[in-house]
Amino acid sequence: MNIELIIGILNIVLISTTPLVFAGIGELVTEKSGVLNLGLEGLMLVGAVTGFITLVLTGNHFYSLFFSIISGVILSGIFAFLVLNLMTNQIATGLALTIFGIGLSAMLGKKFSGTPIEGLNPYYFITISFLLVFLVSYFLFKTKSGLIVRAVGENHNSAYALGYNVIKTRYMTIIFGGIMSSIAGFYISICYAPMWQEGMTAGRGWIALALVVFATWKPWRLLVGAYIFGGVAIMQMNLQAIGVKLPGQFFNMMPYLATIIVLVFISSNKLRLKLSAPASLNIPFEKNQ
Amino acid sequence: MQSIVEFQNIYKEYPGVVANNNVSFKILRQSIHAILGENGAGKSTLVKILYGHVKPDKGQILINSDLAIINSPTMAQSLGINMVFQHFSLFESLTVAENLILGMSEKISLGKLKLKSETICNKYGFNLNLNSPISSLSVGQRQSVEIVRSLLNNPKILIMDEPTSVLTPEEIIKLFKIIKKLVADGLTVIFISHKLEEIINLSDHVTIMRNGKVVSDLTTENENPESLGYKMLGYRVSKTKQTNNVNYSENVLSLNNISSYSQDPFTTNLNKINFNLKKGQIFGIAGVAGNGQKELMEILLNENDFEFSGDIIFKNININKLSTFQRKSLSISYVTEQRLGHSAVPEMSLSENILLSMSHKSDFKKGDFINFDRINSYANDVIKNFNVDTPSFNVKAGKLSGGNLQKFIIGREIMSNPELLILSQPTWGIDAGSEAFIKKSLIELSQRGVSIIIISHDLDELLEVCHNISVLYEGSLSKFLNVENIDITKLGKYMGGLFD
Repeated sequence: MNIELIIGILNIVLISTTPLVFAGIGELVTEKSGVLNLGLEGLMLVGAVTGFITLVLTGNHFYSLFFSIISGVILSGIFAFLVLNLMTNQIATGLALTIFGIGLSAMLGKKFSGTPIEGLNPYYFITISFLLVFLVSYFLFKTKSGLIVRAVGENHNSAYALGYNVIKTRYMTIIFGGIMSSIAGFYISICYAPMWQEGMTAGRGWIALALVVFATWKPWRLLVGAYIFGGVAIMQMNLQAIGVKLPGQFFNMMPYLATIIVLVFISSNKLRLKLSAPASLNIPFEKNQ
Repeated sequence: MQSIVEFQNIYKEYPGVVANNNVSFKILRQSIHAILGENGAGKSTLVKILYGHVKPDKGQILINSDLAIINSPTMAQSLGINMVFQHFSLFESLTVAENLILGMSEKISLGKLKLKSETICNKYGFNLNLNSPISSLSVGQRQSVEIVRSLLNNPKILIMDEPTSVLTPEEIIKLFKIIKKLVADGLTVIFISHKLEEIINLSDHVTIMRNGKVVSDLTTENENPESLGYKMLGYRVSKTKQTNNVNYSENVLSLNNISSYSQDPFTTNLNKINFNLKKGQIFGIAGVAGNGQKELMEILLNENDFEFSGDIIFKNININKLSTFQRKSLSISYVTEQRLGHSAVPEMSLSENILLSMSHKSDFKKGDFINFDRINSYANDVIKNFNVDTPSFNVKAGKLSGGNLQKFIIGREIMSNPELLILSQPTWGIDAGSEAFIKKSLIELSQRGVSIIIISHDLDELLEVCHNISVLYEGSLSKFLNVENIDITKLGKYMGGLFD
């Protein structure tokens, strides 16, 4: 292998991993506040299709990004209303959001499938993704607002007793997660592909979810994990290029297999999981009125 | 003196129960005002209303004679009201400093916080390490964190909800000194308790509540524990005392060098626990919560394969490896701490709850079918013999009051004729009537030759019922003390970890 090839591979890894970083860091903040949002895949798809359609209709990348983000705010806002105000089950609601997002994006995007667009340079977003990890880490561990987010995720009853608004904090983190997911979707359909195809996020939302656990809720580990996961996905192409004779399906399943192995490995150490997992994760908060 | 807080006709109803029924009284500035009542009398609800945690249905609160609208804890704090909770409101995985910052309404730098908290610690004699995580602190230290956190906000009124329930006798004395100093410095303290002696020792005024109503409102000076107890309950409780002095001979249960080695920082490892339990003996294990009681119970029950070394010998059989089910078949019975969800399934009827714990008894089954007639009659017997107040055995366990359910659970186990009964917190959080009944049942049971282990935080209960008491401290068990000629100061020292 020569230097150019290695640089080429690294380049591809960089480009293909960025959506995992965006979606993962958003979900990390949401989960730090004690809410599990399984709707990432749906949020990403709707963000992707909204951005794509806006770009086709207006030709303006800024509007495209803006409406993509708006879609994330609306969908995650609905999710937040359901799980926080109506106290629905977070897992069921998140799954419903994913299924809804898959269907909605397919319907909206039907007419636009295959329409050529002018893509956006992915490197802006790659840079932003690194900056984002730094900012989120700083926010969570160095600011009082970040401390409040962690406190709410650790013990929402105590946080409420101390006078913090649990519901409001969780609205903010859920919507932040929604925005990050829709940006991840926007990146896929506008920068990475650039095109629209039904179900084009191809399970990245699920990988991002696994990534948060893999990172034991720590932003920098999430970045490292994202690149390991991204690397596994890219490895398939290169092994195929070298001529390793294995069916393509085998390589397609690699990221998921890696996810499962990592999850088993992580949860085998109960102690590590317990110390790092937000203690109120997935537990609905009920004010005792 | 002028009143700082005035409750006017506070009314709060929860489904099925009136927690506060037109509660009205005044609290004087710079005084220690106790609110006394049994569990469920409405004390906690009332102070939660004052702290903005719970909204009353009717009524109002005056602060400094002005009508105050307190819809949230934040509003309460801005009025100078702070609260130290019974079940601490700390964040386990965060550090002391982070917990203190979270309790403050103003923004503050870490350096300033250090200075401010150090001033408070020095003034009142707290000892805190700002960098340690809460999970590494003892219960007493956690309470110190809570109090310092409240004081950082410069409160005018400090509410303390059952602050002594988790402390050792020495820690209680220290806490009372601190409270008195705080009041001398201008604070008003609202002190909630159901312990009569404490209220006599500490408070200036006491408001007694029963079933959501204020039954008396008096100055403490002229009262004594008996008079307060009578006013609290509305009847006198006859105390039973363990008198029986068996000539112990036969060993029933021996624990030999039990140690555990969990890596989990949320568990307390046991350290070479040894004791012998004789036939007909009641052995009490005292100690502040979190000193290994949960882990000892795990080992005695063996529900979760908690790993340990050493041997548990029951009547010459090593039962280390036996499951809970097999142990029950050997006639060991258990009453665990958690009534709902562990000892009983709230959604199931009383008879069904009989079967769940007694499935090792063959006469409850015909082949693989359930013998409902047998179970129902067993449930009926328990209800009759143990004064369980319920219309029938078809009532769901979750519908019973704490005291009634506990009588039912203990009755269920006692009626199965165990040779060894192991109980954890048998009278925690139940009414005084049921408590007295349960204590009496246990004493009678021991007189019939049944051996009993009671793990409890409640010293008074152990002193009343047990023959011998040992103290569990950070996983080690003290020497046992004979209750008949017990030295209370020694017991207090044991509870603080000073074994000899």
